[in-house]
Amino acid sequence: MIDTRKVLRHYFKSPTALFCTIIILFFGVLAIGADWIAPDNPYDLRTFSLSDRMKPPAWMQGGSVAFVLGTDDQGHDILSTIIYGLRTSFLVGFGVIALSTLVGSILGLIAGYFGRLIDAAICRIADVMLSFPAFLMALLLLGVLKWQGEIPVILAISAIFWVRYARVMRGNVLAEKAREYVDAARSLGAGHLRIIFSHLLPNAVSTLFVIAAVDLGMVIVLESTLSFLGVGMPLTTPSLGMMIASGYNYLYAGIWWVVLFPGLVLALLILAINLLGDWLRRELNPRMQ
Amino acid sequence: MLSYISGRILQSILVLIGVTIICFIMFQYMGDPALALAGMDATKEQLEETARMLGLDRPLYEQYVRFLWRAVHGDFGISFMTKTPALQLVLKRMPATLELAGTAMIFATLIGGLVGVFAAVKPRFVASRLAMVGTLMRITLPTFFIGILSIYFFAILLGWLPPFGRGDVIGIGIWSTGLLTVSGLKHLILPALTLGMFQLSMSTRVIRGEMMEVLAEDYIRTARAKGLSVLMVTLRHALKNALIPFVTIAGLQVGQLIAFSIVTETVFQWPGMGNLLLMSIGQNDQPVVITYIMVIAFIFVFINLTVDLTYCLLNPRIAYD
Repeated sequence: MIDTRKVLRHYFKSPTALFCTIIILFFGVLAIGADWIAPDNPYDLRTFSLSDRMKPPAWMQGGSVAFVLGTDDQGHDILSTIIYGLRTSFLVGFGVIALSTLVGSILGLIAGYFGRLIDAAICRIADVMLSFPAFLMALLLLGVLKWQGEIPVILAISAIFWVRYARVMRGNVLAEKAREYVDAARSLGAGHLRIIFSHLLPNAVSTLFVIAAVDLGMVIVLESTLSFLGVGMPLTTPSLGMMIASGYNYLYAGIWWVVLFPGLVLALLILAINLLGDWLRRELNPRMQ
Repeated sequence: MLSYISGRILQSILVLIGVTIICFIMFQYMGDPALALAGMDATKEQLEETARMLGLDRPLYEQYVRFLWRAVHGDFGISFMTKTPALQLVLKRMPATLELAGTAMIFATLIGGLVGVFAAVKPRFVASRLAMVGTLMRITLPTFFIGILSIYFFAILLGWLPPFGRGDVIGIGIWSTGLLTVSGLKHLILPALTLGMFQLSMSTRVIRGEMMEVLAEDYIRTARAKGLSVLMVTLRHALKNALIPFVTIAGLQVGQLIAFSIVTETVFQWPGMGNLLLMSIGQNDQPVVITYIMVIAFIFVFINLTVDLTYCLLNPRIAYD
């Protein structure tokens, strides 16, 4: 079990953890409040026009205050697209984490608790899944099925990401199952579900939490990469990766702002998530203390 | 041991068969191959004729058996776009990808090894700490963004290196290499560094972790106590033992490199397999996509098998049932 109080006390003393939280929260607020915060809705056909295309940032010659960070080749305001793109990133990130944790935990619990044939079957599938990179699997699934958008990307990435949660859960259950208190609970007449939910699950949560924190950054990178390659989000959905891809075509013409701003935002967000995840991993890993 | 090896080989074959089944099912949903092959303006009779030629009028299981039979004989069908055998198309692109991934691997291993060993031997040095923060930073930048930034700086702003393509290549038998021409080497630098960056932080962290573990062992202290220099102990006694787990991890990383070369190849327009895959996905060129998946699955299964068997040979202490 984790000592929540101690972790919180360390948390408020760690400048890195606090700073990362502020960055993540800042981007999170932008993403949630995009409808009110963004200067305009970049994908609403009424609000952008091709005559505004390729405007440089406001402080450069030819820039205008209406488009603080400039516009891309379609006339979308870059600042607004970044804000709406963050929403997509967060949505996919948390979607994958939620789905993978759910599916992984359930399969891991079943495998660890019931053992035998079910265990063997789930473990073999997990082995095979882990031997192929998540990125390749997601790319092929999305590319071949020609299915774009938030939900398909969440499903395609989760198709691989559940495996680690299942393995950790299974390991935890196997270790906890052998403890005396589980025998005691059973002899008191507790059923399978009761043992799983009130005894086995709470003990495995902290490990899953750490994996989720580390995975979040990876999922956001994956989504942007898939969108960059043109198999992630459709053209009608704002995404940081897709914006970088469209800006890349014009980089040789000296138009750097379409690539640089979304890229920096993406990098900053992932850095904050990874540093926080790393902090959490060290904090919750008993062997590191 | 023997039963472990044969079981492992059997498992690999089952995985490959599994991949063919998944491929086969997935491609039932990827558009009509008869339409793709015959063309948009084909008449109804022509379409039926093509469908019969492709065996699409047969029951599914029969189609699958035919597909498998042909695949075993190296026949994955004809590309819809170029009308040439799909396997040939994919294999022609293979040297470019393997040269890119290989160079990236060597770069990542050498630099990662040096930095990792240094960071393990002198953990309190400022440089070591910076390097470890650096490895964490690297995980934060997506490969495609690193590629674009390096193109912008080194190719567009400074003009030192070419931004895309593979440069001049020389054909040696069926293998076309860019490693023997100046322009080929120049073209290789940026993509290989970009791809290698991905593995660099991983190599550094693994080597450092293994080294620190080995350096804490008693026999290292004994070696130092009998008067050997730090350098000698580090290289001869510690590194040698730290390398064993690293080699197995490095083997598995080759697969990651080949997968992520898809991104690098797209950014740098490198004429490799990944580039071909994305193009074929865009054009709905079913046979080429299937061939790519099968070739990649074969490479992965082969790597995993080799790594497992090597590990089994290197670690006689582990009992395999």
